[in-house]
Amino acid sequence: MSDYKRTPLHALHHTLGARLIPFGGWEMPVEYSGISKEHTAVRTAAGLFDVSHMGEFEIHGRQSLELIQLTTANDAAKLVDGQAQYSAMAYPEGTVIDDLLVYRHNREHFMVVVNAANIQKDFEWITSHNRFDAVIENVSDRVALLAVQGPKAIDILQPFVPQQLDKIGPYHFARLAVLGVDAIVSRTGYTGEDGFEIYVSAEHAESIWNAILDRGRPFGLIPAGLGARNTLRLEAKMLLYGNDMDETTTLLEAGLGWIVKFDKGEFIGRDSLLKQKQEGVKRRLAGFEMPGRDIARDHYPVFVDGREAGRVTSGSPSITLKKNIGLAYLPVEHASVGSRFQVSIRGRMCDAQVVPTPFYKRKER
Amino acid sequence: MTPEDLLYTKEHEWLRLADGTGTIGITDHAQKELGEVVYVELPKVGDTFDAGQTFGSVESVKAVSELFIPVSAEVVEVNPALADSPEKINEDPYGQGWMIRVRLRDKNEARGLMSARDYEEYTKEE
Repeated sequence: MSDYKRTPLHALHHTLGARLIPFGGWEMPVEYSGISKEHTAVRTAAGLFDVSHMGEFEIHGRQSLELIQLTTANDAAKLVDGQAQYSAMAYPEGTVIDDLLVYRHNREHFMVVVNAANIQKDFEWITSHNRFDAVIENVSDRVALLAVQGPKAIDILQPFVPQQLDKIGPYHFARLAVLGVDAIVSRTGYTGEDGFEIYVSAEHAESIWNAILDRGRPFGLIPAGLGARNTLRLEAKMLLYGNDMDETTTLLEAGLGWIVKFDKGEFIGRDSLLKQKQEGVKRRLAGFEMPGRDIARDHYPVFVDGREAGRVTSGSPSITLKKNIGLAYLPVEHASVGSRFQVSIRGRMCDAQVVPTPFYKRKER
Repeated sequence: MTPEDLLYTKEHEWLRLADGTGTIGITDHAQKELGEVVYVELPKVGDTFDAGQTFGSVESVKAVSELFIPVSAEVVEVNPALADSPEKINEDPYGQGWMIRVRLRDKNEARGLMSARDYEEYTKEE
């Protein structure tokens, strides 16, 4: 797998017994002790993820906000310093270039975090629309990203930082020293659980990883891979770019209308999305359960009234709920809760039913 | 690691021959590649298959894999424990994780399968 990029923690993953697989151009740990065990650790205690493959862009300059407002669908003007926002970039047709997080350091300094497989595409897209005085820098290779996710995450991390972590609210962040190393500590994640993501320069990733692992073990923290990250995010109905939405699906069809802010002014994709909103979408991403033991997998064909109507975009056993769940695009008249359809599983038609999402929602503590 | 007394397929099934019947399961290499097995779909007693046909599937959290029968055969027994404890395939792939017992149509067919040593070479190259 020498053609794949490696994170700063690559050697460590080998030592920890991880199985490594290619993902988005990277060689990444898919599991250490087993997906179910890692998944359950995150729901009940904590898991430690290396997600350094994610891309980070720094945007500086007086018109940074204008550039972000033009290229993303959510309203970044609503952000205050130290706040992060889930957003997306759309093509003029309203289809999805990528989903991302926008971090506001201050009025003239933002950070944008994008999916690993899209780093080059996104960077070129933002740069090509920079008719402002903003300066965009791709710092992905210099930045490592560790995610500590789970109800025990806050207790595990607290001694490593000089500030009360419970002062950082969900989708907020602080720039502070973690074990004396300059870092961004962000209360975000991709698991549906409370937790933090820590951005540090690559050379410090290993010492911070080891410190978190050592302190976290007695709390039940274990290293967790992309396998568990996928089952966790699916239960929380957090979408995966390339599966659940891409350049062929619009933000509205993907159910991401809540991050499309028509009243914020001009942005790329606005006209098409507004037209689609007024006319109504014809298909919608819906969450479903399989009542039987059949497991619908990514890309399996979906049938409505005996006719092929699309594909499963994500499908997996739900480890928390002990059910088989998935997401699929369905004609909008068949996408409401309770609607029944079939998934073709290796030639057999298996029943599926639309259910409310997220499949899993954590209890407030 | 790879039991010497079994025969192997390129699709990672094993076959144990004894008294004119064969027992079939998947290899340790296969279960490691799959990860934790959550469900196995197996045929019924009396079903017949030609060598290389699909006789079922095994599902892990992250993937599904079809099962290919190593020899032409009729199913005479299905491991009843796997319906409730599919994890036995991970824990003991050559023992309690066996899948089906079959009556071979033609014992000579088994000659085309790999020995333990050949299989180990094969998985290294793969």
